[in-house]
Amino acid sequence: MQKSLHIDPGKCTGCLQCESACSLENEGLFNPSKSRIKVFTFHDEGRFVPYTCTQCDEAWCMQACPVDAIVLNPLNGSKDVKSDVCVGCKVCTIACPFGTINYNADTGKVIKCDLCGGDPACATACPTDAISYIDANATGLDKMRAWAAKTDNTANA
Amino acid sequence: MAWTRKLLRVNLTAGTITEEALNMQWANDYLGQRGLATRYLVEEIDPTCDPLGPDNKFIMATGPLTGTNASTAGRYSCLCKSPLTNALACSNSGGFFGAEMKFAGWDMIIFEGKASSPMYMNIENDKAELLPADDMWGKSVWEADKMLRTKHTDPQVRIAAVGRSAEEGNLYAAVVNDLHRAAGRSGVGTVMASKNLKAVVIRGTKGVGNVDNPKAFMETTNAGKAVLAENPVTGQGLPTYGTQVLMNVINEVGALPTRNMRETQFEGAADVSGEAMHEPRKSDGKPNLTTNGACYACTIACGRISTIDRTHFSVKDKPEYWIASGGLEYEAAWALGPDTGVDDIDALTYVNFLCNEDGMDPISFGSTVAAAMELFEEGAITTEHTGGVELKFGSAEALCWAAEMTAKGEGFGKDIGLGSKRLCEKYGRPELSMTVKGQEFPAYDPRGIQGMGLAYATSNRGACHLRGYTVASEILGIPEKTDPLETAGKPGLVKAFQDATAAVDSAGLCVFTTFAWTMDDIAPQVDAACEGDWSAERMMEVGERIWNMERVFNAAAGVGGDQDTLPPRLLNDGANSGPAKGKVSGLKEMLPEYYELRGWNADGSVSDATKQKFGLPA
Repeated sequence: MQKSLHIDPGKCTGCLQCESACSLENEGLFNPSKSRIKVFTFHDEGRFVPYTCTQCDEAWCMQACPVDAIVLNPLNGSKDVKSDVCVGCKVCTIACPFGTINYNADTGKVIKCDLCGGDPACATACPTDAISYIDANATGLDKMRAWAAKTDNTANA
Repeated sequence: MAWTRKLLRVNLTAGTITEEALNMQWANDYLGQRGLATRYLVEEIDPTCDPLGPDNKFIMATGPLTGTNASTAGRYSCLCKSPLTNALACSNSGGFFGAEMKFAGWDMIIFEGKASSPMYMNIENDKAELLPADDMWGKSVWEADKMLRTKHTDPQVRIAAVGRSAEEGNLYAAVVNDLHRAAGRSGVGTVMASKNLKAVVIRGTKGVGNVDNPKAFMETTNAGKAVLAENPVTGQGLPTYGTQVLMNVINEVGALPTRNMRETQFEGAADVSGEAMHEPRKSDGKPNLTTNGACYACTIACGRISTIDRTHFSVKDKPEYWIASGGLEYEAAWALGPDTGVDDIDALTYVNFLCNEDGMDPISFGSTVAAAMELFEEGAITTEHTGGVELKFGSAEALCWAAEMTAKGEGFGKDIGLGSKRLCEKYGRPELSMTVKGQEFPAYDPRGIQGMGLAYATSNRGACHLRGYTVASEILGIPEKTDPLETAGKPGLVKAFQDATAAVDSAGLCVFTTFAWTMDDIAPQVDAACEGDWSAERMMEVGERIWNMERVFNAAAGVGGDQDTLPPRLLNDGANSGPAKGKVSGLKEMLPEYYELRGWNADGSVSDATKQKFGLPA
């Protein structure tokens, strides 16, 4: 079963445990500035929204890379950056419509979410299940269930 | 190592900025944050200095766990000598500023002297600079935040700033970071502003690494998070209702100070409670509470994000307040509500917004308004003083007016900015001030929760709930239930809470974790992060050392055992209703035993033997 990250912003409290966990997994430090997942705070609306790479099937970043440094991981469907091949040209960062692949000036390479090889640290660290790692074919199930409950008039009959 | 082992020293008089190695001997004895920064203050300032003069210093300090992924590990404290109490001020704040300071590579920033004109500090990792803030002087925290974000285009900077109240010399001005988290108490913002320092802007991309034992650290912090998630208070009560979960509980036990602590139960408590914040309002069907928000790394997320009813008189013509922002926490809700007799949750939320916007401690502000309302009722303050405003208990209009005036330091707001003690003295009725050592009480009446009377009287920063929260034991049964109406056993309980809290603060963790965590949960996290052996016993010893050092500083500053007392109202007038009806605070029964347990002299001074035991500076 292929799995994907599933994000429910309504459950997010903005604590940044995901960013802390991501940076620890990938950089060996607690360093949100190097996290592959970002939580955006829309202060005046009281909303917190985690956002990261959705691992597109036809990944723009992968298509755009001139040196084939971005490759499909067949085990979990993630598109991974091969750091030893990446030349830091940043074309992928332009190609990605979502902004989820970014340049790391400290290393001269790009960084993006690779689902931690199939066990994403952000999902494990999230205290409220705002980030979960679930069946890629059923990421809409929770929403469907919620709407199903609303549309079932017999419950209120 | 967890500490970055570096501090930044900023001399505002000379305009110099220097990097210094952290004194690791002191870190071993005082851990970090509150304890370690106090050690620096004790070394570096004259306890008798003018708190608002250039000889006072202002320290921002993180703990060894700050910035890690231990739950709640985002705390920092602001320390200085307090202009409100003349004692040591140490105010703790969450949000994201403290962690960012650590990510930039600094354990601590020490500000000394006074700038000749308004400045702000800009820190980007190793780069630190003082920049002019003339254009921001006279602006609120929220306006200054906006201006700084426009100037520094990195959207991820974290900002701590002071507002207009601090600039105008309000004695309980706060340092506000991340728009609505505050180092709130004892006038730390007043001291920051007295140095002509408007704001500190930080961006850190270095991160926190090299914890002493990474594997053990992940294990112990994960175990700690599981304990918080499973505990009914930290796992359910606080995320759902915030600290406001307490409003109805404390009212029921008859310990909700009402109308300047004349009464101990408030008839309008339910209307301003955590439960009420969930109720849809008539105008737009939305509840006061938008969502709960967390500070950095916090897996509890007690923070309230609220909106004000747009049709409410306070904001109907002010669309700038039609936003979601920091909502009512219990202490603020109590001071602005029950203590002033106001039961209008939108008025309270509006005033809370103003306290955040212009950096005022809502506890001291609300308590001072309550004192002013009693002075008004007694005829000591009249409409001549207020410019025609009827400053009556229960008046939401008067409360909102007072907040607007005090936030800007205008008119009668100047008097309210003096704090309750100086206000009551000015109007000839000092006995009506509900303060200890000049600082206003928080939301627990010591007649109904006896341990808190002793905790207030002996707190090293004046009346305060965060120096020894025996409410946990006396009301919530944590770690074990004690009778709130009994004084027996309370001296030991107060001492244990005071020492433990000093250690938790100094680690960089939030004291709210202790609703679920004992020192046996906390010490292993510190032990895994820091070099050396950090057992629960050592943590308690460090806490006790810190407590004694704070006490020694205060005595040298002229705040000694003679000030370990409560206002006459709480010692002489029995509670008028509820379970504590007829009871007064039994402070006199508890104090001698407390001194003895502390190893202090009968006058409350720290004995030479105790100083020696903890290796305190001579």
